[in-house]
Amino acid sequence: MIDVDSISKNYGKVSALCDLSFKVRKGELFGVIGPDGAGKSTLFRIILSLLLPDSGKVSVKGLDPVQDYKSLRKIVGYMPGRFSLYEDLSVEENLNFFASVFGTTVEENYHLIKGIYQQIEPFRKRPAGKLSGGMKQKLALSCALIHQPELLVLDEPTTGVDAVSRSEFWSMLHQLKEFGITIIVSTPYMDEASLCDRVALMQQGRILEVASPQDVVDNFRGALFGVSGGNMYRLILDCRDFDMVETVFPFGEELHLSFKDGGDHRTDLHEFLKRRGSDEVSIRTIQPGIEDRFMALMATS
Amino acid sequence: MKQLWSFIRKESRHILRDKRTLAVLFVMPLAQILIFGYVISTEIKDARIGVLDNAGDYSSRQVIDRLVSSGYFMVQDYYSNSRQMENALRRGDIQMAVVFSPDFGSDMERPDGTSVQFIADASDANTARMLVNYAEGIVAGYELQSTEVLNQQNTPLIVEARMFYNPSLRGVLMSVPGIMAMILILVSAMMTSISITREKEYGSMEVLLISPLQPWQIILGKVAPYVILSLVNAITILAVGIFVFHVPMSGSYLLLTFVSLLYILLSLSLGIFISTVAPNQMVAMFISLFALMLPTILLSGFIYPIENMPVWLQWFSYIMPPRYYISALKDVMFKGAGLLVVWKEVLVMTGFLVAFLLLSIRNFKVRLE
Repeated sequence: MIDVDSISKNYGKVSALCDLSFKVRKGELFGVIGPDGAGKSTLFRIILSLLLPDSGKVSVKGLDPVQDYKSLRKIVGYMPGRFSLYEDLSVEENLNFFASVFGTTVEENYHLIKGIYQQIEPFRKRPAGKLSGGMKQKLALSCALIHQPELLVLDEPTTGVDAVSRSEFWSMLHQLKEFGITIIVSTPYMDEASLCDRVALMQQGRILEVASPQDVVDNFRGALFGVSGGNMYRLILDCRDFDMVETVFPFGEELHLSFKDGGDHRTDLHEFLKRRGSDEVSIRTIQPGIEDRFMALMATS
Repeated sequence: MKQLWSFIRKESRHILRDKRTLAVLFVMPLAQILIFGYVISTEIKDARIGVLDNAGDYSSRQVIDRLVSSGYFMVQDYYSNSRQMENALRRGDIQMAVVFSPDFGSDMERPDGTSVQFIADASDANTARMLVNYAEGIVAGYELQSTEVLNQQNTPLIVEARMFYNPSLRGVLMSVPGIMAMILILVSAMMTSISITREKEYGSMEVLLISPLQPWQIILGKVAPYVILSLVNAITILAVGIFVFHVPMSGSYLLLTFVSLLYILLSLSLGIFISTVAPNQMVAMFISLFALMLPTILLSGFIYPIENMPVWLQWFSYIMPPRYYISALKDVMFKGAGLLVVWKEVLVMTGFLVAFLLLSIRNFKVRLE
């Protein structure tokens, strides 16, 4: 569906994207995971023909965003990172406006948005600006879907949305896959990566890895340990002083830690920390997650 | 077509729901014309004068009576020496002093005549010049009447200046076309440029660009509601001008509407052009205010006559679209001129319109920066 071939984009001297290549298959739910400023929005805008790449080629369903932007724009639905509907228009008016702008009606494609729109329908007379964050996202998604696009591009749809709304949003995306719509979605939340079919891990304009969430986790070499107990900050500093330690990252209430040879030096570390005065430290083996793999990739790149 | 219509409907909703801006848009023209009509008047009425009558005879009193009975002047005080008179003038108690020579009345019969002196406070140059002109006219009239009897064969050459089209030199007449020009360019250019850049700023332009809407549809949809709004404004100003201030309307309403519509379209195209250059609402507003409103007021002949400007500024005023609108409006309203008289102005405005539209289309970006 999408074929991105070594594209680069600079803003002045700042390199936003650097030699990116990946493919998205038809009907796939493809996640682009990376922190703020990784270049996710720039990448999406290039795919959508809103920006021109400095070099490289993109093809969306065989269409070139540079030349065939008019026909490309007919088959995509786009939900930008910030809420960009009209806040002074009501929920209903926003939806009707986008439906007629795309040459369709709400009734015609109601089946597509039914599951999403029903949740905000009780508020259909309310100005969009007065909706909660989660409801705004649902309205924006409805508006992006109303013309039955073949490719749906969602730029950080769950940023700034509460946990319940986030998980609702993802289950909606899974329902949309049933209609055969290809979806690419960006998010800074690593925990959402596992909900995608495949993910691209992005960092500072580069793609670190493209794989299924399971493969990303499996690619994590060696054993991972969770360290907890006592003062976290001191614990990090102490662990870093231990010779065999490769990486230490705070992760919730634990530290995620790996050793240089990927092996298990728990007892040595325990001894070391005890000598430093940390008595109540517990160390356990844990299953690596996507974030661990991301951190490991970042450390090596 | 249906897309365009729903875009226009959406745009009208934006305008109608922003009650505060809407109120400003409708109240502003009314307030402006009332302010210009009542406050900034260039008319002379009850100007304060002081008299230093060194003659104190029949003729000098008659001249003073004439000045006062004209309604333009009002005697503030009489002085017995020139020092008092100068002090009063300096303090601003009086706007003009009238000084009679000691033998004013008896000298009138002498062949080289007699003299009366007007001393005006020229710190307000325009008013001073007008006061002296008015007073001279009145004195000349008196002179003519009183010497007529004595000297019928030898009537001196009298220059009689008559102000056509605005015989009483009422300032409000001058300001109606000017206010129309200013309000229309402000509403049309500023409001459209702001409303287009607002879409850029809020990010909704991204979504509009992705939609199948053509650039001309976006622009036309943005502009259409403002055409109606501007027309309503034009009608308001005209109505107040004609019914409250009794500004004459001697030309055809059809031509007036045509010229105004042309000017509105020109202003809108200017607004679109500004929006293609300005990245956000703030910049759009400043460009509109400083690049449109101030030159409209200062350089279009609205307040200051173009003939009195330095030559390079006169040249500059040629590229001010309001100049042509004001000129056409004055011709149509006051002189009852037809299309044959104002065709040059119409042509120039059409030229501006086409130029701005071409520039806007060339500048409109189908992508983000």
